Amino acid sequence: MSPSVPLQEMIRAIRSARTQCEERGVIQRECAAIRAQFRQADNGGRSHNLAKLLYVHMLGYPAHFGQMECVRMIASPRYSEKRVGYLGAMMLLDEKQDASLLITNSIKNDLAHSNQYVQSLALCTLACMGSAEMCRDLAPEIDRLLRASNSYIKKKAALCAVHIVRKVHELGELFAPAARSLLSEKNHGVLHGAVVLIIELCERNPETLERFRKTVPDLVQIMKGLVLSGYSPEHDVAGISDPFLQVSTDPWAHIDKSYLCSIIKKTKKTCTNIRDILSVVATNTDSTKTVGNAVLYETVLTVLDIKSESGLRVLAVNILGRFLLNNDRNIRYIAMTSLQKIVGTDHNAVQRHRGTIVDCLKDQDASVNRALELSLALVSASNIRSMMKELLLFLSSCPPELRAHAASGIFNAAERYAPSQRWHIDTMLHVLITAGGDVRDETVPNLIQLITNASELHCYTVHKLYRALLADISQQSLVQVACWCIGEYGDLLLRGDCQETEPVQVTEDDALDALETVLQSHMSSPATRGFALTATMKLSTRITDNVDRIRSIVSIYGSCIDVELQQRAVEYNALFKKYDHMRYAMKKSTCPQGELLLPPQQPANQVRYVDTKSRPGR
Amino acid sequence: MIKAILIFNNHGKPRLIRFYQYFAEDLQQQIIRETFHLVSKRDDNVCNFLEGGSLIGGSDYKLIYRHYATLYFVFCVDSSESELGILDLIQVFVETLDKCFENVCELDLIFHMDKVHYILQEVVMGGMVLETNMNEIVAQVEVQTRMEKSEVKLSRPSG
Repeated sequence: MSPSVPLQEMIRAIRSARTQCEERGVIQRECAAIRAQFRQADNGGRSHNLAKLLYVHMLGYPAHFGQMECVRMIASPRYSEKRVGYLGAMMLLDEKQDASLLITNSIKNDLAHSNQYVQSLALCTLACMGSAEMCRDLAPEIDRLLRASNSYIKKKAALCAVHIVRKVHELGELFAPAARSLLSEKNHGVLHGAVVLIIELCERNPETLERFRKTVPDLVQIMKGLVLSGYSPEHDVAGISDPFLQVSTDPWAHIDKSYLCSIIKKTKKTCTNIRDILSVVATNTDSTKTVGNAVLYETVLTVLDIKSESGLRVLAVNILGRFLLNNDRNIRYIAMTSLQKIVGTDHNAVQRHRGTIVDCLKDQDASVNRALELSLALVSASNIRSMMKELLLFLSSCPPELRAHAASGIFNAAERYAPSQRWHIDTMLHVLITAGGDVRDETVPNLIQLITNASELHCYTVHKLYRALLADISQQSLVQVACWCIGEYGDLLLRGDCQETEPVQVTEDDALDALETVLQSHMSSPATRGFALTATMKLSTRITDNVDRIRSIVSIYGSCIDVELQQRAVEYNALFKKYDHMRYAMKKSTCPQGELLLPPQQPANQVRYVDTKSRPGR
Repeated sequence: MIKAILIFNNHGKPRLIRFYQYFAEDLQQQIIRETFHLVSKRDDNVCNFLEGGSLIGGSDYKLIYRHYATLYFVFCVDSSESELGILDLIQVFVETLDKCFENVCELDLIFHMDKVHYILQEVVMGGMVLETNMNEIVAQVEVQTRMEKSEVKLSRPSG
């Protein structure tokens, strides 16, 4: 039997293994040795073996054969063995294992041990993996420790009690009196534990909450003491007296708002105290350090959680606004998160910080996502133009995963607050040019509808879209809308005069070239080609010289491999050949409802219904 | 509540893992891999809070992490914990390690994993923050170390 190797040597051996296979080999050998050692009677190296096993467990190898050894070690009289035994229990055992019940008795004995460090081991283990039965068994012990022990044990007992209450809710009753008395402790660790315990009790049982309402003045006094006590070396972190305690002495952040509203309405005196203390904390805490900011942040959350009066809420929102200007990106992140939660309820207060929020859009970071949500929520009729400028700027440089969200947010905002139709169309075009690949499918018909309705802008729109098409044919949504417009308003395009934009001479050949480029480009999707083909066909009624060219384009697609395109081409070909006189039905604008305007003398059953609007996306 | 504390290096090798909620062993390893995957993708100039990762359970939780030299210290917490407070706690923990090991580096954590656990036990207990005062933590750890050493000395003649 190879002698047991101390922990460090085994670690070195594992680290020097060059491959996963070698490592497994080393570990298997070690585990075999450890197993053998466990079977032997008491030897000096027992704690080393268990420590080795825990290391191996951390790397992901099975270690369940060590469970019984943990139980044995916990029962040992030696501190070093107990220590690693308890650690092993916390790592390897859980309440589902039978072995965990076996340690209940050891824990019970150790809770009453003369050495406080042994007691603390037992408390720690119980708080980590105590099952409901264990908790029921040992709750009286914990209660005793809560009342009569030193502060080191008391603070651990308090957190252990929290675990017990989480496992067995009814035991909360048992701990309530002890928790109450702990509030008068001076030691900050104990005080912190007491507050966590009280929060847990109040969450579980509304009656307990009633009783603890009366302690609110005490809590306020404690806070006051902390804030005004000045510099206290043992209890402070970076000049702030115990920030964790200040943070947790805001238990209201966790308590049901409705209870608090009724408390505040009943006891006006308490209300004033709360308000005063919160404003004092808010204005006097040093915000140049993380700890100060943690305290401020919790204060802000508390103010916003309870129904404070508006002056205090505005103060809270202003603090959040200040956080947004902080250099520390973590602070900016949490400020953004909180502002997002309250933008619905405190809209006006948040609006005051719109500039800062919009500036955050330029940030290169995860907080950017929140800034987008928040910015979209702050858009209103009065700021739509300036906000949209910022949002469009953001769209051109934002990370790709946010583009779809930004685009749809912009569309929604534009739809709700557009100051004019032309502005609306311009905005939508801008989005399509910048991020056409990320917009949703219904954008195309929506935009077409919008354009159709803005009849005085048809000329402007078609010129603009034609130019966009010449510049770039890769953005499918943009190309689809452009093709539709060229087909529909081709006559306006060819006429060349337009008041709103610079006039540009577009010949029939130019327009057909553009459409043909789209048809032939490998970047165009089948749907886009469908649009282009239909547009080409529609142009045949709006132009005079190049009808033959159109006929030849259309007939080529009669043998296209894409079934949809082929079908369309064949139908259009038929229009050319047999129903030429009806081709002029395409001349009239097709409204979104797809109404066909027939020349009155054609009998209904002879007419081919060509609805070019109902098949745009297919 | 703190659901888990994970320390792993830049290649994802675990240096300390502590779960305060029960997970089966293979799930634990999966969580470590997933967390490493999420955290290692982050730039150095983004914030230290991460949401996402579904294995540890629910949408209520986030990862708060700090990167020191070759190690990532990751605390997986739920919404009842103060984010800035936990960020500060990580700093306190690392400073405590520094004091206990004298200029701590990754090797110290590798070869003294058990000691790191004992130190952590003085800071976080049962998933809740126990103590934040570095001097207090260091003092308690030193007493316990001395106790263990004296026991070994006593047993040496016979063992």
